[in-house]
Amino acid sequence: MTTSTVERGRATPAPTATSSKARHEDRAALGFLAPFVVLYLLLIIGPAIYGLVMSFFNTSLVKPGLSSFAGLGNYAGALSSSDFWSSLWHTIWFTILTTPPLIVLAFVLALLADRFARGRWFFRLAFFAPYVMPSAVVALIWLWLYTPGLGLLEKGLGLIGITAPNWLGDPAWAMPSLALTTVWWTLGFNFVLYLAGLQEISRELYEAASIDGASPWQQIRYITIPLLGRTTTLVAVLQVIASLKVFDQMYIMTSGGPNFTTRSVLQYVYDEGFTNFRVGYASAVSMLFFLVVLAVSAVWFRLVQGQEKEV
Amino acid sequence: MMKESAGSGLPGHAGAALSRRGLLRGAAGFAGLGALTSLTGCSSSALSGLTTSRETAGSVEYWNLFGGGDGVRMQDMEQGFQKSHPGVGLSAVTFAWGNPYYTKLSLATIGQKPPDVAVAHLTRMKSLVAAGLVQELSQQELAAAGLTADKFSRRPWEAGLVGGKVYAIPLDTHPFVMFYNTDVCKKAGLLAEDGSLAPLNSPDAFRNALSKAKAVTGVTGATLAITNEIPTPWRIFQCFYSQLGGQMLAQEGTEVTIDDAKALQVLQFLRSLTAQGLIPPALDYQGSIATFANGDAGFFFQGEWEISTFQTAKMPFGMTLFPNVFGGDKYAVQADSHTLLVPRQPTDDPAQRQRALQFIRSMLDQSKTWAEGGHIPAWLPYRDTPEYKQLRPQSNYATADAAAVYDPEGWYSGSGSNFEIVTGSSIGAVLSGQLTPQAGLAQMRTKLQALASTPSPI
Repeated sequence: MTTSTVERGRATPAPTATSSKARHEDRAALGFLAPFVVLYLLLIIGPAIYGLVMSFFNTSLVKPGLSSFAGLGNYAGALSSSDFWSSLWHTIWFTILTTPPLIVLAFVLALLADRFARGRWFFRLAFFAPYVMPSAVVALIWLWLYTPGLGLLEKGLGLIGITAPNWLGDPAWAMPSLALTTVWWTLGFNFVLYLAGLQEISRELYEAASIDGASPWQQIRYITIPLLGRTTTLVAVLQVIASLKVFDQMYIMTSGGPNFTTRSVLQYVYDEGFTNFRVGYASAVSMLFFLVVLAVSAVWFRLVQGQEKEV
Repeated sequence: MMKESAGSGLPGHAGAALSRRGLLRGAAGFAGLGALTSLTGCSSSALSGLTTSRETAGSVEYWNLFGGGDGVRMQDMEQGFQKSHPGVGLSAVTFAWGNPYYTKLSLATIGQKPPDVAVAHLTRMKSLVAAGLVQELSQQELAAAGLTADKFSRRPWEAGLVGGKVYAIPLDTHPFVMFYNTDVCKKAGLLAEDGSLAPLNSPDAFRNALSKAKAVTGVTGATLAITNEIPTPWRIFQCFYSQLGGQMLAQEGTEVTIDDAKALQVLQFLRSLTAQGLIPPALDYQGSIATFANGDAGFFFQGEWEISTFQTAKMPFGMTLFPNVFGGDKYAVQADSHTLLVPRQPTDDPAQRQRALQFIRSMLDQSKTWAEGGHIPAWLPYRDTPEYKQLRPQSNYATADAAAVYDPEGWYSGSGSNFEIVTGSSIGAVLSGQLTPQAGLAQMRTKLQALASTPSPI
């Protein structure tokens, strides 16, 4: 999916060269690809197939082998489990909360940073820096910011007379708080993509537009946004997939709490597979989630792609 | 996680170029690492994970899950072993506490690369035994190493037997205890003349003490980790609930036997404490420690392992048994024990096992170091000494080991288990006021019932 985004932009090379030379190049390409392909097969495709097989068995973490055949029992169990559905909703809720700000904010900040001819490197660094941090570090920093009674956010808001909510302890606030942390953390990635896209846009277009009397707002609306369409497609699709994969922040900051209200579907998989030893069942949940991600991505991709063509 | 994890596939030309270069660099680094380890000749676990056999001759490989103050003490004890057994090599590996540790231990044992000795909580050791991952220790070899039943506190020793057989040697008992700020309690008039805390052996005495402490600090009476915390709400509930004589599970976890009246009584009592502002309903683990360490609370409820935290903070504090609020003349307290066990080995090597038992014995012989960290030693040759009795405040709560109530048996139960996640989440929601005691109880029962009716994967 993601690769097709990129390849669409390239023209397909015409089959002009002699076939023997083409074959030679193919072999060279394969040779260069081999290290990646081997690792990919070994570490991604292999385990995924094994996971699919396990999902039909009562596989246990503490027993060797696949154990007894379960048929579709694991799938039926997951689909009838309220824990599965609620965790799936939490993942989707998180995606809904994080995707729009991570696209819009990244775009706005890139637009602002792009105005600086000098010192652009500073903004690029400043916005990208959090993204470089490991999830555990980000989680710990924000845990301290959110800590009830002692946290910086609570004290800070208190100074200006606002009573802070119990960020991670209140079921209504826990997910938005996690989303806020995530936006701060991963904004830089989309920001850099947008900034790169902005720099690709020829200055002459703006010059021409301003000679024709276009206001800055009109320039953004009719030049920048349409020409960034491809970047937006990329950012949007990547963002939805990344948000659906959420695990670390919840695992470290709330352990899925308070009272399971932030347990994402991946944490449900973890809880069942590693805490309850039910790897077969956990694999079935993973497969179901895989289907959801596939469906969401396909629909989303079509949607964004369609819009891009309209423009 | 998010975008940096493998498989998300960084797109675009830049991404492809980056990952190719990164891959080459990674590969070079890996080769370099291999060369380095083989050059220095140390059998690091990274290298042994890649080869098929492990260098075991004359050495002990030991896995544990101790961090923080416990981790430092354990390292001292490992050094103690190396001093007393200079001929035996020791490679000790520490993993993150809880499930990550038990997962690795199980998988390594199934994959025929177990360590020679491993730590396990008594309540988790049972599932490991049920899964056939633990070596039984015979009477002869135990006797040869001097590890006989009469040398251990009765409760942890007997609680650790499976079908009357010995699989694990208890190192300690670690109960839920009460920490108190001696300055605050003195000002509140809660200390007896000899400086000890007057007993809080009824709901009213307990509540009174907390409100008096609150009057002194002006902030709160006691602190308890509730926000983003799973085990602590379960632990305090279990203390009160088992004092009432309540049971959670029966038939090895296949039956949920919650006594609704008793559970409700405890949940209502706990909720009344947070509702009346005697315990803040929204403090996380670090916050509960910090608030108590700042002197803003008279009491703090947690496992005894937090002793080093307050010693480091140089604050005036004491520790004692968790109050017997509901038990009358029979005391009960939530606890667990650290045990040492020998995972099932792919090949039976008596010499290797003997070294393992020597190591276990050496750990027990250093019970003093361990006890200073707060844990009640299970090893009577130290526990019965006057030296331990004078170790304050650690020995104040030494009798908790005989009254220890372990998490109920069941494949999904034990320290850090789903049982604790389910119960702790429900109780936490009651404590913070998100669920009524009735709703919390109903949720706990429903979720436990789902686990109880799931066939054991072990």
